[in-house]
Amino acid sequence: MIEVKHLFKSFEDKDVLIDISTTFSPGKTNLIIGQSGSGKTVLMKNLVGLLRPTSGEVLYDGRDFVSMNKKERVLLRREMGMIFQSGALFDSISVLENVMFPLDMFSDMNEADRITRAKFCLDRVDLKGAEHKMPGELSGGMQKRVAIARAIALNPKYLFCDEPNSGLDPKTSLVIDELISGITHEFGMTTIINTHDMNSVMGIGENIIFIYKGRKEWQGTSGEIMTSTNEKLNNFIFASDLFRKIKEVNH
Amino acid sequence: MIILKFIAAFGRYLDLMGKTFSLPERMRMFWRQYTKEMAQLGVDSIGIVLLISFFIGAVICIQIKVNIASSWMPAFTTGYTTREIMLLEFSSSIMCLILAGKVGSNVASEIGTMRVTQQIDALEIMGVNSASYLILPKILGLMTMIPFLVIFSIAAGLGGAYATTFAGIITMDELNIGFHYDFKQWFIWASIIKSVCYAFIISSVSCYHGYYVEGGSFDVGKASTNAVVSSSMLILFADIFLTPLLA
Repeated sequence: MIEVKHLFKSFEDKDVLIDISTTFSPGKTNLIIGQSGSGKTVLMKNLVGLLRPTSGEVLYDGRDFVSMNKKERVLLRREMGMIFQSGALFDSISVLENVMFPLDMFSDMNEADRITRAKFCLDRVDLKGAEHKMPGELSGGMQKRVAIARAIALNPKYLFCDEPNSGLDPKTSLVIDELISGITHEFGMTTIINTHDMNSVMGIGENIIFIYKGRKEWQGTSGEIMTSTNEKLNNFIFASDLFRKIKEVNH
Repeated sequence: MIILKFIAAFGRYLDLMGKTFSLPERMRMFWRQYTKEMAQLGVDSIGIVLLISFFIGAVICIQIKVNIASSWMPAFTTGYTTREIMLLEFSSSIMCLILAGKVGSNVASEIGTMRVTQQIDALEIMGVNSASYLILPKILGLMTMIPFLVIFSIAAGLGGAYATTFAGIITMDELNIGFHYDFKQWFIWASIIKSVCYAFIISSVSCYHGYYVEGGSFDVGKASTNAVVSSSMLILFADIFLTPLLA
């Protein structure tokens, strides 16, 4: 479980995150949604330590990440996996070497076991046979799947996904969503997904946090979104004609 | 304002070097990177070093023979001067200026691209010290390989001078006398010591420019140019201080 308490983040004079307090539950897909520029990427960067909060606490199962020293932060980061918007695969090494990288770096397994584990992870994301390809030879969806395999290689407790469906077609997006959701439930991870893909919100949103102009505006499940009376949330979620019609039909 | 910017940049450079020179997290990963960098930065530069040194050696020999040597000058002048130029300046300083262009832009653009495509962030999230993992093998790899490049450059330069004997510009005997006249072995060591210092400048400064890139491909290109310009300038400054120290 990850708890965020009274988190503030400012860049010089600009307040980007204002008093965010929330809880991300384990074994659930937790979604952070909001318009571009609302602060959701900054929130995720504060959670993983790529940015330091101006004030507030980020508790990983009770351990305050913000007040930790460098060594403790490095150790905690080994319990995290992250899938970046761009995939962020190391482009000078093969798919198998990418997935093996965290194992090579941090596990005490022998080489045969590391290869077996990496192949298992690739198999889990349906990428059998792509081991020796270079990242540049893969499609966007395949790159995301390799990124997922790399992120789960060390069996992390916390999985962060920054807009995992960005740049993918709707069908591939569904595959990625189901994969992330399946892995979350299978391994009981605390998964946090940063997205503005409404299909993801409706499909796998078990705990949704809506950020509006740096503040937490609403929190609930995908089912509760349909009945919410929050105007800002409705303006964001039902911005398209299609979703407005779906809501009318639902009512 | 410029001084403040320089101090801030120097502080960031020192901070990066502090992160870089820490014990590698996994020695097997360090060795893998280290051997890869020795091949990429050193072995892959042998061709250009040999080619340029050979032709410069030949040209220096021709210029001295045509413009300086006369019946009033001792027979060894051409060979002696060519050898001293190659040993004292060309194979260390000028060759490193050339490498600052080749290696410096390569290193800055590689690390810069890793930064803008979030590969460095991915390393940090995994709990890897990205500076130590990426930069330390590059610095040590180039510093290891540079003495070999210096020796190859000296040999190729003298080989180039020998090649001019086939064109009838100078005789083999005349050149040999000059090459052996008043030879000081220390000059080879001085050349190697200088080049090792320059290798540190090229690799660390280029890594610094690449590591702190912000933006996109345009900024990576800019960082690459800045890496070459800064490394070249620092090599020239360092040459002024190192030359009297090692004379």
